[in-house]
Amino acid sequence: MSQTASKPVPIPDTVSATFFDGARGGELMLQHCASCGGWSFPVRERCPHCFAGSLGWRAASGRGTLYTFAIMHQVMHPGFAASVPYNVSQIDLEEGVRMVSNVVGVANDALRIGMKLEVCFEDVGDNVRIPKFRPAAD
Amino acid sequence: MANQPKGSIVGLGVTPMGKIYGRRAVDFAAEAIALALDDAGLTKNDIDGLLINANIPNDMDPRTQMALGFENLTLINVMNGYGSTAGAMMQYACMAIREGLAKTVVLVYADAPLTPSRGAGQSYSGPHRFPLNGMAGLKAHYGDFGANLGYAMAARRHMHLYGTSEDHFGIIAVGQRKWAQMSPRAQMKAPMTMADHHNSRWIAEPLRLLDCCLVSNGAVAVIVTSPERARDLKQPPVHVLGYATCAPGDNLNTARHPAVETGAKRSGEMAFRMAGITRDDIGTCQLYDCYTYTVLVTLEDYGFCAKGEGGPFVADGKLGPGGSLPTNTGGGQLSGYYMWAFTPLSEAVVQVRGQGGARQVPRNDHVLVSGNGGILNFHSTLILSRHPSS
Repeated sequence: MSQTASKPVPIPDTVSATFFDGARGGELMLQHCASCGGWSFPVRERCPHCFAGSLGWRAASGRGTLYTFAIMHQVMHPGFAASVPYNVSQIDLEEGVRMVSNVVGVANDALRIGMKLEVCFEDVGDNVRIPKFRPAAD
Repeated sequence: MANQPKGSIVGLGVTPMGKIYGRRAVDFAAEAIALALDDAGLTKNDIDGLLINANIPNDMDPRTQMALGFENLTLINVMNGYGSTAGAMMQYACMAIREGLAKTVVLVYADAPLTPSRGAGQSYSGPHRFPLNGMAGLKAHYGDFGANLGYAMAARRHMHLYGTSEDHFGIIAVGQRKWAQMSPRAQMKAPMTMADHHNSRWIAEPLRLLDCCLVSNGAVAVIVTSPERARDLKQPPVHVLGYATCAPGDNLNTARHPAVETGAKRSGEMAFRMAGITRDDIGTCQLYDCYTYTVLVTLEDYGFCAKGEGGPFVADGKLGPGGSLPTNTGGGQLSGYYMWAFTPLSEAVVQVRGQGGARQVPRNDHVLVSGNGGILNFHSTLILSRHPSS
């Protein structure tokens, strides 16, 4: 009898600790540059806009729109055997960053580019919560 | 004359391709180089430069020089711009030759990811490849694995903006399969219809199996020297008239749209300017085709049609045999073999020389070659010609 494999659970590291701490508390934390005010994603050590070494963290609005998406049918990791077909989506956040995530709470065939989305958080074990997106309430 | 060649291709070696098991990438590389030397009428001792294309398994490294038994090379490097690398290697080789740093340079790509025990789709993936730390682990949790998803998202965006359809992708795949049927080295020769394309299984919607490139074990080597030296060698020289690269940036900034606006635009403009020719002079295109969509968006960015009109542009089958813009005439990476940009480069050499046999195009004066890597994050353009000046 085979064991059911799980989806990989991220292990927060030094540079991503604030992101995962924020998620645990129900906030989408993004890096924000004290010099130029630009937001960035994914995690970096230096601002991609002005190259200053002054990136801090701020809670983002969690609001965005669906930029594009694909429906994955291949099982590239055994933890996804029960999940295919699943969506992988790019969400344009109000802050100007495009984030990869999954859209939940909506059937794959109801996904529409441009639809309004809001962040939500999913417990995945090991005291880790993961930001995902769902259709916006309003 | 204004536009002299930057260098000339004088040797081409292409090994058997596909499910050839039990050999290492470096052994395929050695065979391709031996074939290219023989093709050029040169010997190993004539070679003083070796540029190695990195590959995904990272087993083509600088020590390849020793494994192959080269000595006293004055140009040696491993280069990596993913699928765009061949164009950048050609730039570096030609510049080095013009600077007198080397006389005769081998460019090589080799890979052997296929094994009998797993499907081609798993060749570059597997749980061992997925790091769990930090943001990489986040990506893995979302199930964001491999290039298929990235290109599927790019294709979806294009379909949304411009009405590009499955028929537009299908006609590209069908046309290239027809070309592959005339190419001795091509891996996939079974007939393919539009229905076959539309009925092939989903990989990552909107991309189906027949929208995706193959995986190949094999190698390609190309030998480059000066235009002057090329005149005295065995093969008709293939002159490099223009080359340029462009990397448009990452996909995760809402101000950028590399999924639908690629580096083909800027690198194409630079390469055409350098070559002193225009698109109308191009008789055949050899375009990087990791997916059908890549061909379509590349044609737009080179200006063969306006942005967004790639679908209607290809819909009449003009890229296939008998069409007005024969493209990927060896079957490309969709039906021929997957050797990153050495696939389009190798077929361009065959066509410029007039050695294409049944698939030879009539207008082979100037050939446009593209390379592309990442999720449309890297691009290279080459313009190759039969003529020593434009």
